[in-house]
Amino acid sequence: MPHFAKPGEGSWTQHYGIDTGPVSYEDSISPEHYELERDAIFRRTWLNVGRVEQLPRVGSYFTRELDAARTSVVVVRDPAGEVRAFHNMCRHRGNKLVWNDYPREETSGVCRQFTCKYHGWRYGLDGGLTFVQQESEFFDLDKSAYGLVPVRVDVWEGFIFVNLDDQDATPLSDYLGGLAAGIAGYPFDRMTQVHRYRAEVASNWKLFIDAFAEFYHAPVLHAKQSVDEESRKLQGYGFEALAYQIDGPHGMVSSWGGMSPPKDLSMVKPIERKLRSGLFGPWEAPDVGLHQLPPGLNPARHRAWGMDSFLFFPNFMVLIWKTSWVLTYHYWPTSHNTHIFEGTVYFAPPKNARERLQQELAVVTFKEYTLQDGNTLEATQTMLESRAVTEFPLNDQEILLRHLHATARRYVSEHRQRQTEAPVRISAAS
Amino acid sequence: MPSVFPAEFADLEPFADWAVPTERARYDKRTASTMDELQAFYDAAFPRLEDAMAYLDRFAIDELPHDATRLLWLFCALTTASFPVEVWRQPRVPDSGSSSFDAVIEPRV
Repeated sequence: MPHFAKPGEGSWTQHYGIDTGPVSYEDSISPEHYELERDAIFRRTWLNVGRVEQLPRVGSYFTRELDAARTSVVVVRDPAGEVRAFHNMCRHRGNKLVWNDYPREETSGVCRQFTCKYHGWRYGLDGGLTFVQQESEFFDLDKSAYGLVPVRVDVWEGFIFVNLDDQDATPLSDYLGGLAAGIAGYPFDRMTQVHRYRAEVASNWKLFIDAFAEFYHAPVLHAKQSVDEESRKLQGYGFEALAYQIDGPHGMVSSWGGMSPPKDLSMVKPIERKLRSGLFGPWEAPDVGLHQLPPGLNPARHRAWGMDSFLFFPNFMVLIWKTSWVLTYHYWPTSHNTHIFEGTVYFAPPKNARERLQQELAVVTFKEYTLQDGNTLEATQTMLESRAVTEFPLNDQEILLRHLHATARRYVSEHRQRQTEAPVRISAAS
Repeated sequence: MPSVFPAEFADLEPFADWAVPTERARYDKRTASTMDELQAFYDAAFPRLEDAMAYLDRFAIDELPHDATRLLWLFCALTTASFPVEVWRQPRVPDSGSSSFDAVIEPRV
């Protein structure tokens, strides 16, 4: 007996016209499929690489290792105050331009110009080549033709995106579509108290998105995180979303939020009772100037609403909680069966130590849950790779998983199609 | 020995080595502790949580004196240590085996 209404078709999956048959996970275990995803997805879509608060002034920069897209980018605020992005590569002999100590690690800072560690070539914040060591030794070197190679960059609600495809002219806002438009205006810029965590996970990137795109697992995998009686109750109920939405490659799930604050204090642990905080965040929302929710939040307009989780394809999730805090997830593939996971928590800055401790409890609780999730993924990946079983039944609460994997496969097959159709290009270089 | 915490919290001095400034260090200390050590810390600190918040709330968060900052870190460590004591009955998250999840950005205080 469902607790929350479903669409007229009887299921969310059928409502969105998605196939209900068993699903293959070959796309998550095949090295060949991953190699195609790198070009078909990670070099062709808008990727969120950070937020504008990371670039507070002219010359502020950060680098991003985009292994899946076969490059590293440097993102910088230029003298006009605009955000720019470049391939992180010196035009002289291809050295990585911006890095510290370890070439494969990301870095950030403030500078007036970029100087290559190898031969001292310098580039302005606009990417222009400004200095060449022993310039007269070169042969007719036109410095204006050797600026840093730009990468398309755009900003949505303070989130900075890059797109490595210079052929695709789809603007960022069109790409993000209606789900993003529905949450535009949310006060992300007020949530500047940031905690970021990072893990190297031994699974395909999509498997971790799967884990966060359904809450069917929560009452079971995380059972011990609740007090015993509550845990039994949660397993009895299971999980049902308030709503799911699919828009192009993207999707969202809207969830109830029974724990913030809990109906009955005996449901939660002593530290949560004392601090009035937990997995669902501090129980009292800070004032972030939010007089009315943007129309895209709580689409079911349900009074039990607690949180909406948006997946912007391919690898960016935004979770917005009723009590005015935000979580983002990023999944950066490093091979077909490994990726780097980043979880970032954004709060309004605490006014006092009490609020700081409430936030700390929410953050460390998130860490405890994620440690359980991460290890389970490795267990899933290794068994999927055995191919002892190749088809898996997914339920209606796993609709976003079906959509994610189907979308990834579609991008790959369209990419293959383009490759077969493309005329053979003969290089003009002689 | 000079005191680490404000005088009102002298009873917590034996646990001063929990007052470390990063979540990663607090978590490492938790996993390196025995359940007896975690329980002793929890039993001493948990009953003082309300007093500590009342004391700390007299200051703006960015104007905490050093001893108050250390008191705040101690209670941040209490949140970390509460999981083994209140739910896991072991220092590590069960079934977390080889996984790790490390803080790379966190607030200054």
